[in-house]
Amino acid sequence: MAIEGTHLVQAAAFLGAGLSMGLGAIGPGVGEGLVGSKACEAIGKNPGEAGLLTRTMLVGQAVSESTGIYALVIALLLLFVV
Amino acid sequence: MTLDIDTWIQVAAFVGGGLAMGFGAIGAAIGEGFTASEANLAISRTPKISGDIFKNMLVGQAIAESAAIFALVVAMILLFTDFSGQSILMVSVLLAAGLSMGFGAIGSGIGSGFPAGEACVGMSRQPAMSGQLTTNMLIGSAVCQTPSIFALVISFILLFSDFSGLPIAPTWAAILGTGFAVGLAAIGSGLGGGLVAQTSCEGMARQPTSASTVTNIMLLAQAVTQTPAIYGILIAFILLFKGFTPTASLPAAMALLAAGLCMGFGAIGPGIGIGNTGRSAVRWIARNKESTADLTRIMLVGQAVCESTAIYSLVVALVLIFVI
Repeated sequence: MAIEGTHLVQAAAFLGAGLSMGLGAIGPGVGEGLVGSKACEAIGKNPGEAGLLTRTMLVGQAVSESTGIYALVIALLLLFVV
Repeated sequence: MTLDIDTWIQVAAFVGGGLAMGFGAIGAAIGEGFTASEANLAISRTPKISGDIFKNMLVGQAIAESAAIFALVVAMILLFTDFSGQSILMVSVLLAAGLSMGFGAIGSGIGSGFPAGEACVGMSRQPAMSGQLTTNMLIGSAVCQTPSIFALVISFILLFSDFSGLPIAPTWAAILGTGFAVGLAAIGSGLGGGLVAQTSCEGMARQPTSASTVTNIMLLAQAVTQTPAIYGILIAFILLFKGFTPTASLPAAMALLAAGLCMGFGAIGPGIGIGNTGRSAVRWIARNKESTADLTRIMLVGQAVCESTAIYSLVVALVLIFVI
């Protein structure tokens, strides 16, 4: 079976998309877990500030999420645009 | 030199067996080492109940060991079964069976060690709670083992199904993807489930009055922790049983392999993160029982956000399988 150049490039794009999203999801998952973990600890110590702490946790996690979204964007670009 | 199909299948069986047992030995060894180190600490604190702590350590280590035993079983089957006379597709089937079980045993082995170690420390702190601690440890460790059982199920399906009628391309890539999806996805969930169970044993020993609340919240948090592994087995089942139209095109095959890799790697981080969030929530629910409602709510919100990247991976994997 002869492999044409365009097919090879297309195959690499698909593989790259899978690796981008797969590996890109590791960091945000672990990072957001640390934020959630400390937020639970903080509410355990100071239950009166639950509202403020929840807000802070969500903002922090949203920032941590951004690299996961970059990975998603790159994966979708590799799948549909490039 | 020309090699026939049977030779390649034999090569794949031996490499698969090596991968299964090699990777599969990592987790259980680390987990059991942690248990033993905590047990030593516990015995030095309360030498009077060293017998109970020693027994608990052995029971806990036996559960952590089960993941490695699954890997041993799969490796033995790969080494001693005669696969000759089958299609060349068996090369990828046997490699995938080994990869699935090898990777799948890592997380559960490490994870099961955490509650076992903490239960030993807890017994030294509150000898009166020994029985309840052992029970809680057993429940927590059993849940930690589920991802490795998913991997074992997929390995057995791969080893004992008949793949002879299927088109070789692109099924070979789908089957390799199956191994990666379920094996890698099991790492995060196994580890995360252990983190949750660890603090539940700690909390129970510190605050015996909140024992039942702690066990309940532990099970809730562990259930959420298992979701990334469930996404992994879902993608594995789709790749195994969807049935693909025969095509020699390389991109079609790579898309299926990429779907497995994407879901497998993508589930590691969220599994650990969800477990870490549950870990703190359970620890503080034990110390501050009045805030159980607040803590459960924030735990679930935090875990839901951690879950999001696993869902992105699931979506990309599904796009790779069904859209491309």
